[in-house]
Amino acid sequence: MEEKANYEAAVKLPVAMIDFATGFADWFIILPTIIALMGAALLIMLRFNRSIQPILTIIFILTIIIIEINLLLRILALGPQSMTMGKWLPPFGISFTVDIFGISFALASALTALIVTIYAQADLAKREVKYGFHSLLLLLLAGVSGAFMTGDMFNLYVWFEVMLIASFGLIIMGGRKIQLDGAIKYGFLNFLATSFFLIALGLIYGLFGTLNMADISLKAANAPFGPLASIGALLLLAFGMKAAAFPVNAWLPASYHTPHPAVSALFGGLLTKVGTYALLRSLLLVMPTARDFLEPLIAALAVITLILAPLGAIAQTNLRRAIGFLLIGGIGSVLVGLAVPNLRGVAGASIYIFHSILTISALYLVAGLIEKIMGTEDVRKMGGLYSASSWLSILFLVLVFAVAGLPPFLGFWPKLLLIEASLERGEILLIIALLTNSLLTAIAGSRLWAHIFWRAGPEGANSEQPNEKLQPLKTKDKWLCSAPTTILILLIVYFGINPNTIFGLGRVAALDLLNSDRYVEATGLAKPDLVTMPQLGEEGEK
Amino acid sequence: MEIALAILIGMFFAVSIYLLLSRAIIRMLLGISIFGNAVNLLIFTAGRLTKETPPIVPMGEEILLEPFANPLPQALILTAIVIGFALFTFLLVLGYRAYQELDADDTDTMRIAEPERAPRPPLTY
Repeated sequence: MEEKANYEAAVKLPVAMIDFATGFADWFIILPTIIALMGAALLIMLRFNRSIQPILTIIFILTIIIIEINLLLRILALGPQSMTMGKWLPPFGISFTVDIFGISFALASALTALIVTIYAQADLAKREVKYGFHSLLLLLLAGVSGAFMTGDMFNLYVWFEVMLIASFGLIIMGGRKIQLDGAIKYGFLNFLATSFFLIALGLIYGLFGTLNMADISLKAANAPFGPLASIGALLLLAFGMKAAAFPVNAWLPASYHTPHPAVSALFGGLLTKVGTYALLRSLLLVMPTARDFLEPLIAALAVITLILAPLGAIAQTNLRRAIGFLLIGGIGSVLVGLAVPNLRGVAGASIYIFHSILTISALYLVAGLIEKIMGTEDVRKMGGLYSASSWLSILFLVLVFAVAGLPPFLGFWPKLLLIEASLERGEILLIIALLTNSLLTAIAGSRLWAHIFWRAGPEGANSEQPNEKLQPLKTKDKWLCSAPTTILILLIVYFGINPNTIFGLGRVAALDLLNSDRYVEATGLAKPDLVTMPQLGEEGEK
Repeated sequence: MEIALAILIGMFFAVSIYLLLSRAIIRMLLGISIFGNAVNLLIFTAGRLTKETPPIVPMGEEILLEPFANPLPQALILTAIVIGFALFTFLLVLGYRAYQELDADDTDTMRIAEPERAPRPPLTY
C-alpha cells in the first residue's frame, strides 16, 4: 500500500485505468454485436444440422431486437451510452458509444435481417445452408451493428471489413456466372473504398494521436486546417464509395441484382446505409470543420446523384438493377442533409436513412416475388401480374410512392424536412434537385408498375393478350415470402401515417450529432476547454 | 527519413493506381496488394519515426524513457495486414474462379451482369 502511494507520488500519471466492474446495463451496448458474432460462429459449427440453422438465426436476431429496443429506451431516457473495453479509460480503450442516431439504424437493420431470414427460407438450396448462409447473414449483421455502435474510428474500419467479407460470401452464394461477374466488381471497388478509409485513419492518427471519435471531436476544433481538409476529403471519397454516391456508384448497379433477391434486399437495406451513417458521423460529429470546407462539393454531389440516379432507373430493363438506381437516388437525399447541416437537415437525413433501410429492402423483396411469378428478371418480358396477384401490385405501388416521397408514406417526411432545411439556408438548387428526384423516381417506379402489373402481357405483338407464363406462388412462398414482406410494408405505412415517433427520434439524433457535448460526456472525456493538441510522441508516453 | 518514406509511399501509390487502371484482373490484384502496402507504410510514417527503441519500461524505472518507438501504429498495421490479406486471398480465388467460369481475365469482356448492348427500355407508357 505504501509502495503504491510512493509510486503515485513519484510519477503522477493521469488516471488511465477503470477500477470498477462494468455495470450490468452497459453490457447491453455490445451484446447485439457479440450475439451476432457468436451466433455466426455457433452456426458454422452446426453447419451439417440444416434444420436447426434458421430457428437459431431467428432466435438470435429476435434477442438482438429485444436488447436494442431496451437500449433505445435507455438512451432516450439517459442520453448516449458508452462502454469501454479492456479496463483502459477512453481514449486508450476501445469504446462503444451509442446514441439515438446509431441505435435506431441498428434496430431497423436487425428488423430487416429478421424479415430477410424468413423470406430466404422458401427457396434456399441445401448446399447454400451447408455453406453457411445463416452464419454469413449473422456476421453481416454483426458488422453492421458494430459499425452503428462503435465509438472508435479504427474499430469502425474493422466492422466495415467484417461486413465486407460477409457480403463477399453472400454475393457469390449459388456460384452462377452472373454472380461471379458482379462479385468481381463489388469486391474490388469496395476493398478499395475501405483502403481509402484506412489512409484517412493513418492521417487521423498522425494528426490527433487518437482514434476515439469523441476525443477527435474535441481536438478537431483547433487542429491545423490543411491536414483536416484532406482527411475530410478522403473520408468523403471512402464513405461516398461505400454509399454509392455519384461519381463512385458504378459498382452498385453492376452487382446488386446478381445474388438471391433476399441477399439483394439485405445489401440494399444495410450496406450502403452504413456508408451514409459513417459519412454523417465522421463529418458532422467528429470533424465539422472538414465538412464546412467540403460543403460546396457535397452539395454538388447531392444534386447530381439525385438527378442522375432515377434517370438510370428509367433506362433499365432489369427490374432489380432499376431498383439499384432508385437506391442510389436516396443516397443523394442523405447528402442534401449533410450539405445543409441545420437541425431539420440532419434530422431529415437521419430519418431518410431509417426510411431507406426499410423501404429499399422491401422493394427488393417484392421484386424477388415478382421474379418468382414471372420466371424472368427482364421487365420487357413481364406483364399481366395485376390479374394474377393484385395484392402484390398494391405492395409494389405503395413502395414506389414511399421511395418517391409521396405522402402519406414514410419517404415523404424526411424529404419534407430536407426541403424545409434547404429553404432555411436558401439553397434553391437543392430544393429543385430534391423535387426533380421525386418526380423522376415516381416516373421510373410507375413505369415499372405499369409494365409489370398493368399491361396484359409482355412487350411485342402479344402485349394485349393475357400472359400465360405466370407461375402462381406456392403456399410455402405465400407464408414465408409474402407475409413477412407485407409486415415490413405495413410498418412503413404505419410510420408514414404516424410519424411522431420517428420525428422525435430524428430530432434527438440530429441534436446529438450537431452538438457533441452529450456524446463526449458519455465517454467520460474531458471538456473542450481543457484539451490541447498532443505533442509529438506524447501518445506513447501515456 | 520521413521525406524518403513519403516519396516511397507516393511511388507505391502511383504504381498501384497505374496497375488498378488496367483491365486485366491479375494486374488489378497486384495493384490492390501494393495499394495495401502503401497504406500500411503511410500509417507507420504517420505514427512518427523514432530511433529503434522498443517501448519497454527499463529496469528500475516507472515510465518509458525518451526516445521510444510508438507501438500503436504497428498494432494498427498488423490488424490492417491481416484483414487485407484475407480479403486479397478471397479476391485472388474469385478472380481465378471467374477466369474458369467466364473465360475472361479482362473486365471489358466480363459483361454478364451488365450486358454490352443493353436493350432499349420499353417505350410504351
